[in-house]
Amino acid sequence: MKLKTGIYWGAGCGGCDVAVLDVHEKLLAVAEKMDLLFWPIAMDFKYDDVRARADGEFDIVLYNGAVRNSENEEIAKLLRRKSKVLVALGACAHMGGLPGLANFHTREDILNRVYLESESTVNPEGVIPQERWKKGEEELELPRFYNTVKTLDQVVEVDYYIPGCPPVPSQIISALTAVWEGALPEKGSIIGAGTRTLCDECPRNKEEKEITIFKRPVEMIPEPDKCLLEQGLICLGPVTREGCGARCINSNVPCRGCYGPLDGVSDQGMRMLGALASVLEPKEEKEIDALLSQVVDPLRTFHRFSMAASILRRKKV
Amino acid sequence: MTFEPKIVGFLCNWCSYTGADLAGTARIKYSPNIRTIRVMCSGRIEPTFIIKALFEGADGVLIAGCHPGDCHYQEGNYKALRRYRFFKKILPQYGIEEGRVRLEWVAASEGERFASLVDEFTEEIRNLGPLNIKESIKKAMLDDVIPHAESEHHKGGDANEA
Repeated sequence: MKLKTGIYWGAGCGGCDVAVLDVHEKLLAVAEKMDLLFWPIAMDFKYDDVRARADGEFDIVLYNGAVRNSENEEIAKLLRRKSKVLVALGACAHMGGLPGLANFHTREDILNRVYLESESTVNPEGVIPQERWKKGEEELELPRFYNTVKTLDQVVEVDYYIPGCPPVPSQIISALTAVWEGALPEKGSIIGAGTRTLCDECPRNKEEKEITIFKRPVEMIPEPDKCLLEQGLICLGPVTREGCGARCINSNVPCRGCYGPLDGVSDQGMRMLGALASVLEPKEEKEIDALLSQVVDPLRTFHRFSMAASILRRKKV
Repeated sequence: MTFEPKIVGFLCNWCSYTGADLAGTARIKYSPNIRTIRVMCSGRIEPTFIIKALFEGADGVLIAGCHPGDCHYQEGNYKALRRYRFFKKILPQYGIEEGRVRLEWVAASEGERFASLVDEFTEEIRNLGPLNIKESIKKAMLDDVIPHAESEHHKGGDANEA
């Protein structure tokens, strides 16, 4: 029997969908075991196709992208009802991902910036998207643009998480394999990743850290074998779950934290702040402040993928 | 009703907690707004603890450790200082006044200093007013609901608990 499968994107970039395709020829093996009943990015499906299904009819649904507007939430709830296993696929569904950085702003700030203030905007009448529009007989509705970006598990119950931006394709396959072999772990587990930090799988040489300077990746070509943090690049390896195969590290780029925090860590960003501050060299307040002034936008750097899933979830307004 | 600040105090076991103890045994009166938590070293205090305290209802957080050079574990208070300086820098990005968190060095013999510090910090927080971060975050999500009545599963804002 084939697994009835759905793949959906909320507030995402499509990278997770592409990661599903990136399994290359293994996709054929997957297709043998799966019946794709819903995958809007790849084929023509309508929401009514999903509504027409019985509750729990989907064996597995992979939801990628964050919950950014009411359409995302509505479909998340619909898919939850129609599926036996709902998987948060990728950093956005898992932790809010990059869209979660919008939680440092308000809905109003964002709409004003995009539709009125940006340098490339021409909008003399000051038109801003409306939820309802009526002209004569015609009436249109748009989903509500939320003030706060949410993770998938903040609006529906999630069975499993596959982290990453995007997840490593082979790990998507192993998750699907686990479903058709009935070998799924405990509900709520992270699948397709390890339990140690990225530093544990990072091949670089690491020594005692005493940071005296901070640099951005555009300002230097890092030495290939030495710990990036020791070279002054902010690398989130110490606070990030292993499982990606050190993709960025092996491309000489520091880790940005897309695989999320380790088990038991409630706030990846705060964890990084604590870890990084511990390994600075200076001991005097003035020198510490001078060094810290070199860190551009620390909070968004530490919470790059995890803001919506952090303790505060959003900026106070 | 007048506002009484809730202050969480993280005190290191070796100097500051002993200093607070001394304030107690010497019967020095100081403001009762502080709730002390003893930790083995100021270097043990993670930024997560501070954020959690503020989120759970603290209006201010006081961290106290041994004077520089006096750390029982050699370096712990320097780590605390670096974390503190970094934490102060990011607090405004969360929309929180940086004055809500304060680090001080309090030796075991400084009972009086501890008492006056707590009084002083309590007044600072009183002037800043209540933080109410949980409520304000909840409020910021009140309108995040499916708006159109005809939409399937329109249930209101119950899924948006902060």
